[in-house]
Amino acid sequence: MSGTDARTVAYVATTQYPEQPAPPSTTGVLGWLRENLFSSVTNAILTLLSIAFLVFLLPGFFEWAVFQSVWNASSLTECRQIIQVAHGEGADGACWAVINERFNQLMYGFYPIDKYWRPNVALIILIAAMIPVLFRSMRPLAYAMGVILAGKALFAVYAVATGAPIAIFSSPTTYVAAALLVAALVVGGPARKNRWLILTFTYPFIAYFLLWGGIFLDSVPSTQFGGFLLTMVIGVTGISFSLPIGILLALGRQSKLPVLQIMCVTFIEFIRGVPLITLLFVASVLLNYLLPPGTEFDLILRVLIMVTLFASAYMAEVIRGGLAALPKGQYEAADTLGLTYWQGMRLIVLPQALKISIPGIVNTFIGLFKDTTLVAIIALFDPVGLFNPIRADSDWNGIIWELYGFVALVFFICCWGMSQYSQFLERRLRASDRR
Amino acid sequence: MAEAAHIEPEAPAPTEMKVSDEVAIEIVKMNKWYGEFHVLKDIDLTVNKGERIVVCGPSGSGKSTLIRCINALEKFQKGAVTVDGTPLTSDLKKIDEIRREVGMVFQHFNLFPHLTILENCTLAPIWVRKMPKKDANDVAMKYLERVKIPEQAHKYPGQLSGGQQQRVAIARALCMNPNVMLFDEPTSALDPEMIKEVLDVMVDLAQSGMTMICVTHEMGFARQVANRVVFMDQGQIVESNAPEPFFTNPQHERTKLFLSQILH
Repeated sequence: MSGTDARTVAYVATTQYPEQPAPPSTTGVLGWLRENLFSSVTNAILTLLSIAFLVFLLPGFFEWAVFQSVWNASSLTECRQIIQVAHGEGADGACWAVINERFNQLMYGFYPIDKYWRPNVALIILIAAMIPVLFRSMRPLAYAMGVILAGKALFAVYAVATGAPIAIFSSPTTYVAAALLVAALVVGGPARKNRWLILTFTYPFIAYFLLWGGIFLDSVPSTQFGGFLLTMVIGVTGISFSLPIGILLALGRQSKLPVLQIMCVTFIEFIRGVPLITLLFVASVLLNYLLPPGTEFDLILRVLIMVTLFASAYMAEVIRGGLAALPKGQYEAADTLGLTYWQGMRLIVLPQALKISIPGIVNTFIGLFKDTTLVAIIALFDPVGLFNPIRADSDWNGIIWELYGFVALVFFICCWGMSQYSQFLERRLRASDRR
Repeated sequence: MAEAAHIEPEAPAPTEMKVSDEVAIEIVKMNKWYGEFHVLKDIDLTVNKGERIVVCGPSGSGKSTLIRCINALEKFQKGAVTVDGTPLTSDLKKIDEIRREVGMVFQHFNLFPHLTILENCTLAPIWVRKMPKKDANDVAMKYLERVKIPEQAHKYPGQLSGGQQQRVAIARALCMNPNVMLFDEPTSALDPEMIKEVLDVMVDLAQSGMTMICVTHEMGFARQVANRVVFMDQGQIVESNAPEPFFTNPQHERTKLFLSQILH
């Protein structure tokens, strides 16, 4: 200091107080509880009510679903006997044995058992085809394949320990997963990620070849598709085709060419104005009258087309909202730089419009994925469509909660996954939000 | 008067800057209607290469519409516009050809918020001029240095101040190496302290011999760099003259009224 002595200036403090820890009531677990659960009287009452509700509900639920449940039995009657022997007369428990016994049916429907590897491989390649679209590098593919292989290895170890054959590890699934793992590690960097898109674009053909067969592989009629395989076929097709078609419809609706605009508006308004069930009935029944007699047009393909068109119409409106939200200046700036219409759309308008539309797009995806259960009404055996055949079996007559609960859980995991991904994507794209 | 502060004393007088005899933009008897409303009435304007035109006038007089017609952001219904010898028709190829040669700077910058500053500048050279990415980056950095913000190259537009964004917008237009630059009220959306940094860049550009048409109310800028000031009112060019006589001795009543309001 330049010559002034602190002691000579009365109003200058000579010592500095040491930093003190924050009061315990604002930090740690206690602080968090205070802040979030007991910040006011209303909040405290709501917290206590919620706790009381959980205390009332959870023990009974866990008792039914976990502690008194049965995993191995061949019929509902056997389930009930086991529960009564173990937990006394009148005890109630979940009979998950039905899921255990009918697992393959719920997953693959009536797909030939010796060909299960085909949908499995299709699923694994689907993961590889999705990742270049969803992420910036192929690293997640390596993780996913690693998890699958590790799971299979665990099963193999378990099989060896119990003396069963370890066939599970030497299947086409393992080879494909291992090949993809190696590929993801070797050529999976962000720089080469875009080459993987070739796989994405050829995936529909690969999947059709694997699932339907025909060349090299035995052909499997799509009437044998069922369970979650059917859900995935319809859901993934609908989701992946409705987005590009929806974009084209939305751009067409904005077009300055009247004919194109009228066509797009008519299509969107017609499809949106008709219930999906109606379209599915058209696909399953009416289309046969319109096609020349004797033509075999795969029912599943007809349903795929209808579901995709239905979702596209909704998608178009969601994306139109995003396009309308962009300031006019963005279009003008793209124009003045000499970009062509498609360049401007691809580089300037759509990246921003789609980002704005993410919540709506994912909303449509989730809705579409759940709507796939409607195909049960036109006698296709998706998981919901399998309920009645399973319960028609005298062994499982009367089972309700376990089946619905399991299917609901699988749907929840898929839809929640989509929602989580969309939130991750929004966070990643927020970089350019700093205005 | 606030605008006077923007004049750089060492700047050469407008007459010292070269103007070629070649015609850059020719507008003949242009008329435009918005529905029933007659926005532009019989506009005749010829801009030579290297010429710097300032267009001023009250709001709603059609100034912005006029320059937006030059690169076909707006359509006109009667008359003819020729840019660098290319007649402006409804042919999309011709329009794109003209837009490649005509740079434009907007009142609200219109940078692309999802791209970095550098990507904003290299986008058009890469996609329209088919320039290799590395060359485009070099060109972009050259112009970003010229507008004095090379250090912001990897930020997003939203992280920059208004003045910086407008300078990026100018650099972005320059990266296409245009023959003509159009400015549509480039300083109207800026805070007073940022106006100067943008005008400095524009003065620098004018001194390099760029053909410019500026819609602006910065009369100091007009005095300093313009060859001609064009005054518009109610869709017509009322008066067009060199800055000195325009400001000191306006011929028309409407010009006098406008100048008395704007210059106090």
